[in-house]
Amino acid sequence: MMLVGGMIGLAVAIMMALVRVALGPTAFDRVLAVNSIGTLIILGIALHGFLMGRPEFIDISVLYAILNFIGTFAVLKLFSTGSLGDR
Amino acid sequence: MESLMPILASIFIGLGVISVLIGALGLIRLPDVYSRIHAAGIIDTAGVAFFILGMICLSGWSLVTVKLILIGIFLFFTSPISGHAIARVAHLKGIAPHGRDLTATATKTSNTKKKTAKKKAAKKKTTKTIATKTKGRAS
Repeated sequence: MMLVGGMIGLAVAIMMALVRVALGPTAFDRVLAVNSIGTLIILGIALHGFLMGRPEFIDISVLYAILNFIGTFAVLKLFSTGSLGDR
Repeated sequence: MESLMPILASIFIGLGVISVLIGALGLIRLPDVYSRIHAAGIIDTAGVAFFILGMICLSGWSLVTVKLILIGIFLFFTSPISGHAIARVAHLKGIAPHGRDLTATATKTSNTKKKTAKKKAAKKKTTKTIATKTKGRAS
Protein backbone atom coordinates (compact mmCIF):
# COMPACT_ATOMS: atom_id res chain seq x y z
CA MET A 1 0.00 0.00 0.00
CA MET A 2 2.71 2.47 0.96
CA LEU A 3 4.79 1.36 -2.02
CA VAL A 4 1.87 2.09 -4.35
CA GLY A 5 1.48 5.49 -2.67
CA GLY A 6 5.16 6.20 -3.18
CA MET A 7 4.94 5.26 -6.85
CA ILE A 8 1.91 7.53 -7.32
CA GLY A 9 3.75 10.42 -5.63
CA LEU A 10 6.79 9.89 -7.84
CA ALA A 11 4.58 9.79 -10.95
CA VAL A 12 2.88 13.07 -10.01
CA ALA A 13 6.28 14.68 -9.39
CA ILE A 14 7.55 13.44 -12.76
CA MET A 15 4.49 14.94 -14.44
CA MET A 16 5.12 18.29 -12.72
CA ALA A 17 8.74 18.24 -13.85
CA LEU A 18 7.60 17.42 -17.40
CA VAL A 19 5.54 20.62 -17.34
CA ARG A 20 8.76 22.52 -16.68
CA VAL A 21 10.50 20.65 -19.50
CA ALA A 22 7.67 21.64 -21.86
CA LEU A 23 7.54 25.34 -21.01
CA GLY A 24 11.01 26.14 -19.70
CA PRO A 25 12.14 29.40 -21.28
CA THR A 26 15.83 28.51 -21.56
CA ALA A 27 17.59 25.24 -22.27
CA PHE A 28 19.05 25.18 -18.76
CA ASP A 29 15.58 24.87 -17.24
CA ARG A 30 15.04 21.83 -19.42
CA VAL A 31 18.39 20.30 -18.44
CA LEU A 32 17.61 20.87 -14.75
CA ALA A 33 14.14 19.37 -15.04
CA VAL A 34 15.44 16.35 -16.97
CA ASN A 35 18.07 15.84 -14.25
CA SER A 36 15.33 15.89 -11.62
CA ILE A 37 13.25 13.46 -13.69
CA GLY A 38 16.27 11.14 -13.80
CA THR A 39 16.59 11.24 -10.01
CA LEU A 40 12.87 10.48 -9.62
CA ILE A 41 13.16 7.60 -12.11
CA ILE A 42 16.04 6.16 -10.05
CA LEU A 43 13.82 6.14 -6.96
CA GLY A 44 10.95 4.73 -9.01
CA ILE A 45 13.00 1.80 -10.33
CA ALA A 46 14.18 0.90 -6.80
CA LEU A 47 10.65 1.20 -5.42
CA HIS A 48 9.29 -0.91 -8.30
CA GLY A 49 11.72 -3.64 -7.33
CA PHE A 50 10.34 -3.68 -3.80
CA LEU A 51 6.78 -3.52 -5.12
CA MET A 52 7.27 -6.57 -7.33
CA GLY A 53 9.14 -8.49 -4.65
CA ARG A 54 12.40 -8.53 -6.60
CA PRO A 55 14.84 -6.05 -5.04
CA GLU A 56 17.52 -6.97 -7.61
CA PHE A 57 16.17 -4.09 -9.69
CA ILE A 58 18.42 -1.91 -7.54
CA ASP A 59 21.34 -2.74 -9.90
CA ILE A 60 19.56 -1.01 -12.78
CA SER A 61 19.01 1.92 -10.44
CA VAL A 62 22.75 2.23 -9.69
CA LEU A 63 23.50 2.16 -13.42
CA TYR A 64 20.89 4.80 -14.15
CA ALA A 65 22.32 7.11 -11.48
CA ILE A 66 25.72 7.07 -13.19
CA LEU A 67 24.15 7.56 -16.65
CA ASN A 68 22.09 10.51 -15.40
CA PHE A 69 25.15 12.30 -14.03
CA ILE A 70 27.25 11.73 -17.15
CA GLY A 71 24.40 12.72 -19.47
CA THR A 72 23.84 16.01 -17.68
CA PHE A 73 27.51 16.85 -17.88
CA ALA A 74 27.70 15.92 -21.57
CA VAL A 75 24.80 18.22 -22.43
CA LEU A 76 26.25 21.06 -20.36
CA LYS A 77 29.67 20.69 -21.98
CA LEU A 78 28.05 20.74 -25.40
CA PHE A 79 26.24 23.96 -24.44
CA SER A 80 29.24 25.73 -22.97
CA THR A 81 32.02 24.87 -25.42
CA GLY A 82 30.07 23.90 -28.54
CA SER A 83 31.74 20.52 -28.86
CA LEU A 84 32.23 17.39 -26.81
CA GLY A 85 36.01 17.69 -26.72
CA ASP A 86 36.80 16.18 -30.11
CA ARG A 87 37.79 19.53 -31.64
CA MET B 1 10.66 -5.06 16.40
CA GLU B 2 9.54 -6.92 13.32
CA SER B 3 6.23 -5.10 13.20
CA LEU B 4 7.90 -1.75 13.75
CA MET B 5 9.86 -1.72 10.51
CA PRO B 6 6.96 -1.50 7.99
CA ILE B 7 5.44 1.36 10.00
CA LEU B 8 8.77 3.17 9.99
CA ALA B 9 9.15 2.48 6.27
CA SER B 10 5.72 3.91 5.49
CA ILE B 11 6.49 7.02 7.56
CA PHE B 12 9.77 7.57 5.67
CA ILE B 13 8.21 6.96 2.25
CA GLY B 14 5.37 9.36 3.11
CA LEU B 15 7.88 12.05 4.07
CA GLY B 16 9.75 11.32 0.83
CA VAL B 17 6.59 11.76 -1.23
CA ILE B 18 5.88 15.07 0.52
CA SER B 19 9.38 16.46 -0.09
CA VAL B 20 9.46 15.25 -3.70
CA LEU B 21 6.12 16.96 -4.36
CA ILE B 22 7.38 20.16 -2.72
CA GLY B 23 10.46 20.08 -4.94
CA ALA B 24 8.43 19.48 -8.09
CA LEU B 25 6.04 22.30 -7.17
CA GLY B 26 9.02 24.62 -6.70
CA LEU B 27 10.36 23.49 -10.06
CA ILE B 28 7.16 24.76 -11.63
CA ARG B 29 6.52 27.89 -9.58
CA LEU B 30 9.91 29.55 -9.06
CA PRO B 31 10.83 32.37 -11.43
CA ASP B 32 14.24 31.62 -12.97
CA VAL B 33 16.93 28.95 -13.40
CA TYR B 34 19.00 29.87 -10.36
CA SER B 35 16.08 29.54 -7.97
CA ARG B 36 14.79 26.40 -9.64
CA ILE B 37 18.11 24.75 -8.78
CA HIS B 38 17.09 25.08 -5.11
CA ALA B 39 13.87 23.18 -5.81
CA ALA B 40 15.80 20.46 -7.62
CA GLY B 41 18.08 20.33 -4.59
CA ILE B 42 15.12 19.48 -2.37
CA ILE B 43 14.32 16.52 -4.63
CA ASP B 44 17.96 15.41 -4.70
CA THR B 45 18.60 15.59 -0.96
CA ALA B 46 15.43 15.26 1.12
CA GLY B 47 13.42 13.14 -1.31
CA VAL B 48 16.25 10.70 -2.07
CA ALA B 49 17.27 10.43 1.59
CA PHE B 50 13.75 9.71 2.85
CA PHE B 51 12.96 7.23 0.08
CA ILE B 52 16.22 5.35 0.61
CA LEU B 53 15.71 5.27 4.39
CA GLY B 54 12.25 3.84 3.82
CA MET B 55 13.54 1.17 1.48
CA ILE B 56 16.36 0.32 3.89
CA CYS B 57 13.70 -0.23 6.56
CA LEU B 58 11.89 -2.57 4.16
CA SER B 59 14.92 -4.68 3.28
CA GLY B 60 16.71 -6.18 6.22
CA TRP B 61 20.45 -6.55 6.34
CA SER B 62 21.43 -7.80 2.91
CA LEU B 63 23.30 -6.83 -0.23
CA VAL B 64 20.32 -4.69 -1.29
CA THR B 65 20.89 -2.44 1.73
CA VAL B 66 24.51 -1.90 0.69
CA LYS B 67 23.43 -0.99 -2.84
CA LEU B 68 20.80 1.41 -1.53
CA ILE B 69 23.41 3.15 0.63
CA LEU B 70 25.67 3.27 -2.44
CA ILE B 71 22.94 5.02 -4.46
CA GLY B 72 22.40 7.46 -1.60
CA ILE B 73 26.08 8.33 -1.34
CA PHE B 74 26.42 8.69 -5.12
CA LEU B 75 23.42 11.02 -5.45
CA PHE B 76 24.56 12.94 -2.36
CA PHE B 77 27.85 13.76 -4.06
CA THR B 78 26.79 14.19 -7.70
CA SER B 79 23.63 16.27 -7.43
CA PRO B 80 25.36 19.39 -5.98
CA ILE B 81 28.03 19.06 -8.67
CA SER B 82 25.47 19.00 -11.48
CA GLY B 83 23.53 21.89 -9.92
CA HIS B 84 26.70 23.92 -9.69
CA ALA B 85 27.57 23.11 -13.31
CA ILE B 86 24.10 24.14 -14.52
CA ALA B 87 24.33 27.45 -12.64
CA ARG B 88 27.84 28.11 -13.92
CA VAL B 89 27.07 27.41 -17.57
CA ALA B 90 23.86 29.45 -17.35
CA HIS B 91 25.82 32.37 -15.92
CA LEU B 92 28.50 32.03 -18.59
CA LYS B 93 25.83 32.09 -21.27
CA GLY B 94 24.46 35.35 -19.86
CA ILE B 95 21.15 34.20 -18.39
CA ALA B 96 20.06 37.05 -16.11
CA PRO B 97 18.74 36.25 -12.63
CA HIS B 98 15.19 37.27 -11.81
CA GLY B 99 15.06 41.02 -11.12
CA ARG B 100 18.59 41.69 -12.36
CA ASP B 101 19.63 43.08 -15.69
CA LEU B 102 22.99 41.79 -16.82
CA THR B 103 22.87 43.80 -20.03
CA ALA B 104 23.16 47.01 -17.96
CA THR B 105 21.14 49.16 -20.29
CA ALA B 106 20.60 52.81 -19.42
CA THR B 107 16.82 52.64 -19.24
CA LYS B 108 15.78 50.71 -16.18
CA THR B 109 12.75 48.66 -17.08
CA SER B 110 10.97 47.04 -14.21
CA ASN B 111 8.96 44.83 -16.49
CA THR B 112 10.57 41.43 -16.83
CA LYS B 113 8.89 40.66 -20.12
CA LYS B 114 10.66 43.59 -21.70
CA LYS B 115 13.96 42.27 -20.38
CA THR B 116 13.46 38.83 -21.85
CA ALA B 117 12.40 40.37 -25.13
CA LYS B 118 15.53 42.49 -25.04
CA LYS B 119 17.68 39.47 -24.33
CA LYS B 120 16.14 37.58 -27.19
CA ALA B 121 16.79 40.55 -29.44
CA ALA B 122 20.36 40.68 -28.20
CA LYS B 123 20.83 37.02 -28.94
CA LYS B 124 19.56 37.44 -32.45
CA LYS B 125 21.99 40.34 -32.84
CA THR B 126 19.41 42.60 -34.41
CA THR B 127 20.62 45.37 -32.12
CA LYS B 128 24.37 45.36 -32.19
CA THR B 129 25.06 47.51 -29.17
CA ILE B 130 23.23 45.32 -26.69
CA ALA B 131 24.83 42.26 -28.23
CA THR B 132 28.31 43.57 -27.74
CA LYS B 133 27.48 44.63 -24.19
CA THR B 134 26.16 41.20 -23.28
CA LYS B 135 29.18 39.58 -24.87
CA GLY B 136 31.58 41.70 -22.88
CA ARG B 137 29.61 41.09 -19.73
CA ALA B 138 29.31 37.34 -20.24
CA SER B 139 32.98 36.82 -20.93
